[in-house]
Amino acid sequence: MSQVISDELMEYIANLAKLELSEKEKEQAKKDMERMLSYIDKLNELDTEGIEPLSHIFSVNNVFREDVVTNGDDSENILSNAPERKDEAFKVPKTVE
Amino acid sequence: MDITRLTAIELGKKIKSKEVGVVEAIKASLEKIEKYEQEFNCYVTIDKEGALKRGEEIQKLIDEGTLDSPLAGVPVAIKDNICTKGLRTTCSSKILSNFKPTYNAEAVINLEKAGAVIIGKTNMDEFAMGSTTETSAFGETKNPWNKEHVPGGSSGGSCAAVALEECFYALGSDTGGSIRQPSSFCGVVGIKPTYGTVSRYGLIAYGSSLDQIGPIARSVEDCANILEIISSFDVKDSTSIKREEYDFTSALVDDVKGMKIGIPTDYFKEGIDEEVKKAILKAAKTLEEKGAIVEEFELGLVDYAIYAYYVIASAEASSNLARFDGVKYGYRTKDYENLNDMYKRTRSEGFGTEVKRRIMLGSFVLSSGYYDAYYLKALKVKALIKEEFNKAFKKYDVILGPVAPTTAPKLGESLSDPIKMYLGDIYTVSINLAGLPAISVPCGIDSKGLPIGLQLIGDCFKEKNIIRAAYAYEKTRPYIRPTINI
Repeated sequence: MSQVISDELMEYIANLAKLELSEKEKEQAKKDMERMLSYIDKLNELDTEGIEPLSHIFSVNNVFREDVVTNGDDSENILSNAPERKDEAFKVPKTVE
Repeated sequence: MDITRLTAIELGKKIKSKEVGVVEAIKASLEKIEKYEQEFNCYVTIDKEGALKRGEEIQKLIDEGTLDSPLAGVPVAIKDNICTKGLRTTCSSKILSNFKPTYNAEAVINLEKAGAVIIGKTNMDEFAMGSTTETSAFGETKNPWNKEHVPGGSSGGSCAAVALEECFYALGSDTGGSIRQPSSFCGVVGIKPTYGTVSRYGLIAYGSSLDQIGPIARSVEDCANILEIISSFDVKDSTSIKREEYDFTSALVDDVKGMKIGIPTDYFKEGIDEEVKKAILKAAKTLEEKGAIVEEFELGLVDYAIYAYYVIASAEASSNLARFDGVKYGYRTKDYENLNDMYKRTRSEGFGTEVKRRIMLGSFVLSSGYYDAYYLKALKVKALIKEEFNKAFKKYDVILGPVAPTTAPKLGESLSDPIKMYLGDIYTVSINLAGLPAISVPCGIDSKGLPIGLQLIGDCFKEKNIIRAAYAYEKTRPYIRPTINI
């Protein structure tokens, strides 16, 4: 059984992904995803009962270090990459009414 | 003497002995770039002025005797997803087309300490998502061996530039084969190190649990030396590993007597090109004749790795690429109504098709209701795959196989069928899932005149085994450079 992607689900995912797809792109993306998921379903042939999911190859622990500033003030260079700035800040569209 | 034909180590020696000047070497590389760039498009950015200026400084340090690295003064190209301070770094994407990092990646810092001269930034599949370098927003790179074919990807620009002798070596990154596969398609050598060996600080993330930076060059000796320089424990990368040793060059020994090499029979079942198969098995025979103990075995789960990989890599990509929102850097759409609309339009206009495809898939497999069925399932399969390799490395020092099932496809053939393109990664992705080191080394030319790559895989932290095997193998055959038609 393979996953069927409804238009609503597609809309929901696009919103999560913060992407705006045209009708044509949406159709294609839906087709691509259904096809990809039908292949991915092959993973269900494997019995993974009781298997611990492996997110990291090596056991990782929280890595702590002292919070010491080692870099200088680079704000001018950083801000120079901003699409829009105002004085010493990134400028964004109004977020609260 | 054509300087550009030297290996990186050969050039380093000639610079040290004052036979070749640093600026002279840079100029030779720039001339080659001038000659070939229009046809092959290996670079996104060429830093002519910066390189020449740096060359003079490095020459001074060498003359003073304060710089003693084997690669001091040797020109290098850096993949365009690795941050270089003040030098545009685009990930071959419209969304970062004007981004100038304010810092260097740790691997770049290590290279610069060793006196490397960065000559430019190389083309790639957008955000390293692709196997052909065709998804670049800056146009496709062409294969040096045949302009009608792809160079592979995603580090296609780096590998093609090395093959064309437009630089002496390059850095690439490998998430699912992105160093090894284009190395194979371009007839050069590339290493994907054990996960955590080279700091990911300053590598623009695709799949953080899989990404590794590694060297690409025209000899195994070069790659071992470069790897030794770029590897380091780095507190700025929380997955960086403090290794017991960072010596790789002592493995450059032409001796494989007694080395146990396993060949997975599952690698040769279906879908593999006959000529590729023949070349790989012939290489195995060569190593056997040199004294290695070669046998076949069942690896298992080979067919499943690719699906687990695409779920995990896409999931991580959807999260990692959330930072490109038109606020702090890069492209921002011109017309928008509010913040959310600005995000959406910026990303929809800034990302290409393949990137959007993977962000969508990744967002889906991580979304509530599907997380367990897809993402968690893939992580469990990853655990099983790791176990298969653990079993194999109890018996073998090295696993030998192809890098890719075919040689380089023609331009335009792959993107029309993404699934088919993904299946081409069958031999490379499982290595990233298991965090293993692997090397791609040229082992033949097919009847179309395209190079074939041999993949040697080692257990975690056992780079020395694969370097030794690759070095011994390389000694049995001369380096073959492409005949370039422009």
